[in-house]
Parts: sequence; C-alpha cells; structure tokens
Amino acid sequence: MLSHLPVLQVIVPLMAAPLCLLIAKPKWVWLLAITASGLTFVLSCLLLQQVVAAGPLTYELGGWEAPWGIEYRIDYLNAFLLLIISAISTVVLFAAHTAIEKEIPSKRQTFFYVLYLLSLVGMLGIVSTGDAFNLFVFLEISSLSSYGLIALGKDRRALWAAYQYLIMGTIGATFILIGIGLMYQMTGTLNMEDLSMRLPEVAQTRSVFTAFAFIIVGVCLKLALFPLHLWLPNAYAYAPSIVTAYFSATATKVAIYVLIRFTFSVFGLSFSFTALPLQMIFLVLGLSGIFMASIAAIYQQNVKHIFAYSSIAHIGYMIIGYSISTVAGLTATLLHVFNHALMKSALFLALAAVIYRTGAVYLYQFQGLSQKMPLTMAAIVLAGLSLIGAPLTVGFVSKWYLLIALIERGWWPVAVLILLGNLLTVVYVWRVIEMAYFRPPLRQQPVDHSKQEAPYSLLLPVWILVAANIYFGIDTRLSIQVAELAAQSLFGVRQ
Amino acid sequence: MSLTPELILQLSLLLPVLASAAIVAAGGKPNLREAVTICACLIQLYCLIHLYLAFKAGYSVALVAWQLLPGLQFSFTVEPLGLIFALTSSFLWLITTLYAIGYMRSHKEENQTRFYACFAIAMSAVMFIAFADNLFTVFVFYEILTLSTYPLVSHAGTEQAKKAGRVYLGILLSTSIVFFLLAIVITWFVAGSLSFKVGGIFGSDVDSMLLSILLLLFVFGVAKAAIMPFHRWLPAAMVAPTPVSALLHAVAVVKAGVFIVLKICLFIFGPDLLASLPVTQFLLYLAAASVLLASLVAMQQDNLKVRLAYSTISQLGYITIGALLANSSALVGSTMHIVMHAFAKITLFFCAGAILVTAHKSKVSEMPGLGRQMPVTMAAFFIASLSIIGVPPTGGSWSKWFLLLGVLEAEQWWLMIVLMLSSLLNIVYLLPIPLAAFLPGLYSTKVATVTGLAVKEAPAWSLMAICITTLGCIVLFIYPQALYELSLAITGT
Repeated sequence: MLSHLPVLQVIVPLMAAPLCLLIAKPKWVWLLAITASGLTFVLSCLLLQQVVAAGPLTYELGGWEAPWGIEYRIDYLNAFLLLIISAISTVVLFAAHTAIEKEIPSKRQTFFYVLYLLSLVGMLGIVSTGDAFNLFVFLEISSLSSYGLIALGKDRRALWAAYQYLIMGTIGATFILIGIGLMYQMTGTLNMEDLSMRLPEVAQTRSVFTAFAFIIVGVCLKLALFPLHLWLPNAYAYAPSIVTAYFSATATKVAIYVLIRFTFSVFGLSFSFTALPLQMIFLVLGLSGIFMASIAAIYQQNVKHIFAYSSIAHIGYMIIGYSISTVAGLTATLLHVFNHALMKSALFLALAAVIYRTGAVYLYQFQGLSQKMPLTMAAIVLAGLSLIGAPLTVGFVSKWYLLIALIERGWWPVAVLILLGNLLTVVYVWRVIEMAYFRPPLRQQPVDHSKQEAPYSLLLPVWILVAANIYFGIDTRLSIQVAELAAQSLFGVRQ
Repeated sequence: MSLTPELILQLSLLLPVLASAAIVAAGGKPNLREAVTICACLIQLYCLIHLYLAFKAGYSVALVAWQLLPGLQFSFTVEPLGLIFALTSSFLWLITTLYAIGYMRSHKEENQTRFYACFAIAMSAVMFIAFADNLFTVFVFYEILTLSTYPLVSHAGTEQAKKAGRVYLGILLSTSIVFFLLAIVITWFVAGSLSFKVGGIFGSDVDSMLLSILLLLFVFGVAKAAIMPFHRWLPAAMVAPTPVSALLHAVAVVKAGVFIVLKICLFIFGPDLLASLPVTQFLLYLAAASVLLASLVAMQQDNLKVRLAYSTISQLGYITIGALLANSSALVGSTMHIVMHAFAKITLFFCAGAILVTAHKSKVSEMPGLGRQMPVTMAAFFIASLSIIGVPPTGGSWSKWFLLLGVLEAEQWWLMIVLMLSSLLNIVYLLPIPLAAFLPGLYSTKVATVTGLAVKEAPAWSLMAICITTLGCIVLFIYPQALYELSLAITGT
C-alpha cells in the first residue's frame, strides 16, 4: 500500500469525480468530495514524512520502467507542494457547501464539486508526475476544469473572465506543449530525469533554446507574472468566491512549481541561467509586478479585485526570490509559496463569508461591517496583517527570509525596493480595515440582528486558516525545514 | 509556593495580555472592567518591584521564551535600564487608569471596552520591549505597539481622527519597515547576532561607512523617538483621548522609542564605536536641531495638547543626545530624564485633559483666569512645568544636571548652549499658561477671561491622579538615590 502512495494522490480524487456525478445530491457529493480531498491530505502528509525520512520516492505507473513508462517522482519539493494543495483544498471544501448555497444554483452544484475535484486531480498530478508530457496532460485537466469553475460565477462577467482565461491559458499551455515537443524531438525522451541527462549533449542547439523560451513564456502566462497577468484579476473577482479562495492558494503556486521544476531539474541550473538573462528578466519583472500590481490594488473598488492584484504582487516576491538563484533565495520563494497560500486562502474565504451574508463586494459596502460581522472582520484584519508581513504572522517569516537572501547576494537596492513595495501593501489592506472599522454601517435594508455574523460552517474554516497564519508565523519549523531541504536538493547541495 | 524571579518575569510580561482578555470578557459591566484593569496594574507593579528587589539582591534573570526562526529567538532579561522603563510605565499605567475612569466617563466616550483592551495590549508590548534581550524581540513588539495604539488614536472615529490615524500608522509603520527592519537584517548579516551585549556586538573589522549607515537607519527607523524629520506622527496622535496622549504619547510609546535608541547605542554599537563614527556628530546636530526647532514650534501652538506634543519631541531630543554621547554622566542623565520627563509630562497632559473635561477648553488663548476655577489643576501644571524646565525643587533638575555634565565631559560646548537655550524656550512656552491662569491681567487684558466662576475641579478620580504625579515630580527631586544607582548600573559599572 505504502509503495503506491505517489499515485494514490491522483487516483483518489480522479475516482471520486465521476462518482460525484452518479450520486448527484449536493449534500452527499459534498461529503464525498471532502472525504476524497481529506484522503489526499492524509496521503500527502504520509508522503512528506516518507520523503523526509528516506529521500525521494519513485513509482512506475503500470510497472513500465522509467524512461519508457510514466514515472511518478516525489522529492522534497513535490511533497511540500502536495501538502499545500491538498491541505488548502480540504479546508476550503469544508466551507464550500455553505458558501455556494447562494452563488451557484442547486442543480449545478454537483458540477461544481466534479470540476473542483478534477482541478484538484490536475494540480496534484502536475506536482507528482515525473514525465514532461504527463505534466502537460494534467495541466490541461486542471486548466479546463478551472475555466468551468470560474464560469460558474453568478455575475455574468464571469463568463467573459473565464473566456479571457481560456484564451490566455490555452496560449500558455500550447507554448508549453511546443516546448515539450521540441525537447522530445531533440532527445527522444519525455521523462524529466532522462531529459536532464540528455539535454546537455544538445544544449547548444537552437531547438533547445527555442524549447526553453517557449516553456518559460508559457509557464509565466500560467503563473500570471507581470505583464502576463491580465487574465487573473477578473478571473478571481468574478469566479464564485469559494473558487477564488481555492485558486488563489493553489493555481499560481503550481505554476511556480512547474517553473522551478523545468529550470532547475530538466534544463539544469547552468543552462537555465545562461541561455537567457533569466535572472535580470525575472528580477525586473518581479519588481515591476510588485509595484504596478500594488498600485493597481490601491485604486480598486471591488475588494476581490484588490486582493487579486495583491496576488500578482506577491507572485512578484516569489519570482524575485527565484531570480536570486541561491539556496537562500529559493528557500524564500518556497516559503512564500506556502505562506502566501495560507494568507490568501484565509482572506478570500473570509470575503466569501462576507459575500454570503451581505453580498458586499465593493469597498463602500464594507462600511461598518466590523459591527455586523466582528469575527469575520477580525479574521480579515489578521490575514491582512499577515499579508503586510507583521511580526508573528507567516508574512513576516517570508519577508525576513527574502531580505536575508537579497542581502546575502549583495542586492541592497532590491531589498530597499521590496520594503518600499511592502508599504503599498499596508495602504491597500488599510483601506479595507478603515472602511470596516471606522465608518458607521450603511443603513439601507432593515437588518435582522440575529443573523449578522457568518454561519459557523464558514467561520470555522476561515479561523482555521487564520490560526494557521499565526501558528506557522510562530512555529516555523515545518515550513522552513522542508523549504530548505527542497531548495538544497534542487541546487544539488544535498544527496 | 515561592515565586522565582523567572516566574515573576513571565507573569509581568503576560499579565497585561490576560488583563486585556478579561477586559473584553467584562465588557458589558464598566465597574467590573475597570476593577480588572486596576487589579492588573497593581499585580504588575508588585511583580516589577519584586524583580527590582531581586535585581538588587544580585539575581540575574533571563528567559528564552521561544525560538521563532533558526537563531532568532524571543528572549528576555532583567537589566537596570529595562527595569527603570518598566517600573515607570507600569506605575503610571495605574495612575492613568484612575485618571481615565474619571475622564472617559465624564466625557461619555464610546467603545470604552475597545479602549481599555487596546490600552492593556499596548502596555504588554511595552513590557516586552522593556525586558527584551535582542533586537528581534524588540522589533516584533515595537510593531505590535504601533498596531495596538492605532485604534486608540483613531478612537473618536471622526474624519480628523481617521486622518491622524493614517499619519500615525503611515509614519511609524513605514519607518519601521523600511529603515528599522532593514537595519536589523543588515546587523544580523554583518554581526551574526542580534543580542544586546555590553560594549556592542560589531567586530573591529566592520567597515565604518556601513556602520554609519546602520546607525542612521536605526535612529530614523525608531521613529517613536520622534527625531525630526520623522516626528509628525506625534502631534497627529493628539486627537486621541487625553489618557492615551498622557500615558502612551508622553510616556510609554515615545519612551519606548528613546529606550530602544539607548539600547542600540549602548548594547549594539557600544560607546567606543559610537564615538569613533563620523555620523554620530551629524546625528547630534540633528537631535540638537530637533530640540530647538520643536521648542520653537511649540511656542506657536495654540492647542494645548499639540503644544505639549512638540514639547515632548524637544525633550526626547535630550535623551537621544545623551544616548549618542554615551559617556557615563550623559547616560545617567538620559535614563533619569526618561523618568523625570515621564512624570512631568503626564501631569501636564492630565491637566490638559482635566481642563477639557471641566472647562471645555483646549486652546491656550482661552485659559487666562482659569486658575480661579481650577486652582489645584493649574498649580499642578505649574509644578510640572518647572520639572520640564529643570528647576528645583522638581525632578527634572537632576536629569538636566547630569546631561549637562555629560555634555561637558564630551567637550561639546555648543551643545551646552543648545541645552541652555532650550530651557529658556521651555520657560517661554510653558510658564505663561499657569501664570496667566492665576494672574489674568499679567499678559493681556484683551483676551476674554474666565471670571466669576466658583471652584469647579476635574472629577475626583482624575484630580487624585494629577496630585499623585505632581507629588512624584517633587519626591523624585528629594529622593533620587535609588534611580541614580539604577542608572549608574546600566553600563555595568
């Protein structure tokens, strides 16, 4: 049983998805989805434990040997990502049943769970596979299901947002496919480890350069790196709020994983950072992403837009950590992947609670909300502080590590710029807090005082995530240890 | 069960946090809520006195609470400077609570539970800062102090209060994030340690240019010390209810700022290194300019609280000067000034609040003749003003005495002139207020004066608080020995 762990991750939700269609009763489907997602969470905990204890695991699908058959390969990096995705997905699913009550008509709720599970399959698959083409297949599974999930949004603009995402996502996926095809043509293999051994022989050919460029651009589209981020704000803002909470914590993180996997493991460090001036490009794009997206966030009126732009800015932080290309820098990136997942899922889930109770998405509707929904707003404040990077929250931990990495590298001006960018975060978070706490409530509809705070089925997951934000900001052993192990093994310092 | 000093230290750190929770729990019942606060203050004070006695008996108390990141931990220790700061703050917390009961109720403020709860959290942050054993711990609680005082500044919820809150948060957060945090990261990278150590933590091989930049970053980063040009938050914070201005913006928050500057100068850089850095001289000029300019601005202010705020900025400059000179007299002077100024300034703020609540006046120009209506308050104002100026028989004379000695010892003659000039300016902007209150004809006959009113003093609770702190100013003049000995012990001699 234990030897099948790597593939069970993917199998469990994949089997659960069609089963959901057969059951077709929202309540039962929900329970099934939670069970499936919870199982993957347990499995990923086991996997992480195994990997830390005994090193990377490999699994040959169908018993076909590695370079020919599809191989699943779990090392520190994969295990770390698997843990993040399955944990967030499970917590978010807990809230899903209540949250979609008002946003998705009951006859479509089953589809919601099916799509949700399929996108989970896709993301877990991308992260666990060791085969380049298999990765593309899972990428398409997760993308197609996410287009569907976004289109489920109540607002009709969701359709347009999903369409935009469909076009951009497809371009990205096609680029990745072109890149993989070129690599296959040059080396005759699709297995990542095999590729990494054969690519150096043909490294100086134009085809490999082209493949590399296509893959980088394709992945950057997927991870919404500035200036390829245009699909993201609307997709996040108009999707059902539960979907936003889920995607904000997982989708772009998976794309970061793909970027790291291709540049570090497949093409190799020396090729990746010499073929293109990748460091410089990513540093500049990351910094401009932080500033442009943060400034854009400050001027948004829709609260979901504010935090969607903030996501783009935070991708900038991850990319800067990546561009430092030292162990410390990559550790900072991976830490931020983990920490940002916690912050954003907490924030968007709390927003889902607000939307469930009041329907408020615009900033002005948040007036005086602290009196109506004190617990939800307190959660937004704490998650917002985490986003800012206040001490004792996860945000501070990632900020600290990123700064240390930058200074270790001698990039002082970047460190200063990052701190300045950080101030912009304070501004847009504070706009929300000030509106909720220091304005009297809007008086429009007669309100029923007994039903002000969000129901416990929403509050509980929100506060679990907020507690995680604080817990992992104080007890940093797990996140830092695994992120460091992963970064070291990617640089080949370890094993 | 006997309490070990370690346990007492833990208790005194956590007590305000627990109190804050209890305050929220007792939210509906004002009397119970205030009783909780007062009990917490008393226990806190008891704990600190216990720690003080233990320290005098020669115990060294240290506590490693938690390792946050590898190599970075929350650790606490009891040392004289921290003891002085903690004792002063928590004693004045007790007095301020008495005062606040009178003030907040007669002013009919809203959201009083939020007020007392945030107050307790802020005090707990102050305690953590006072006993912190490394820069990292200091930074964490410095930020918590900023965040927990923000709701107090914006308490009124009016447009003006919100704007002031933005200035407050904006300046304090941005300087701490951009300068302070950066300086800490660089220190960590260069020295490999953030622990406070007598004589400093930098090796002799560190580039003095880098150290100069670091010192600048630190002094500007700790904007709570209100060195110009990062002082604007302090006048802005004056929209807060008076007990907040009194305790936090005359004692706890600003003193946390200069306390941190003192600690950095002494235990991160060390006096010898400090004296050899070229930037120290520049910072001395800046602090001196801050002393003089703030006094000059204070003279222009008609709003009493704002005038007092600028006076605070000026007095904080004294402490920073002492910290930068870092010879033993200057340090004693700086440390004593933390206490002396605390007692005097809190009295002045208490008086300002009492005038606002009783006579509904906030402008200096409306106050002539007020002495007949509020004799006790105005007399207290007079005595506290003397202490700020530094005239016997008030405590302020001791700290200024030692500061001047320190200046002479460092042979910075020009600084002596600055300090003298500033004392004169203090006289100009403080003394006319009580004098005109008692003798309305003294300055101008045109100003509308308050006459024909019977004696009507502030609420009893508030008046009691005013008397206690005024008495404190005088007692500190007569019995400065204990404080002096503690101040001497700071440098470990």
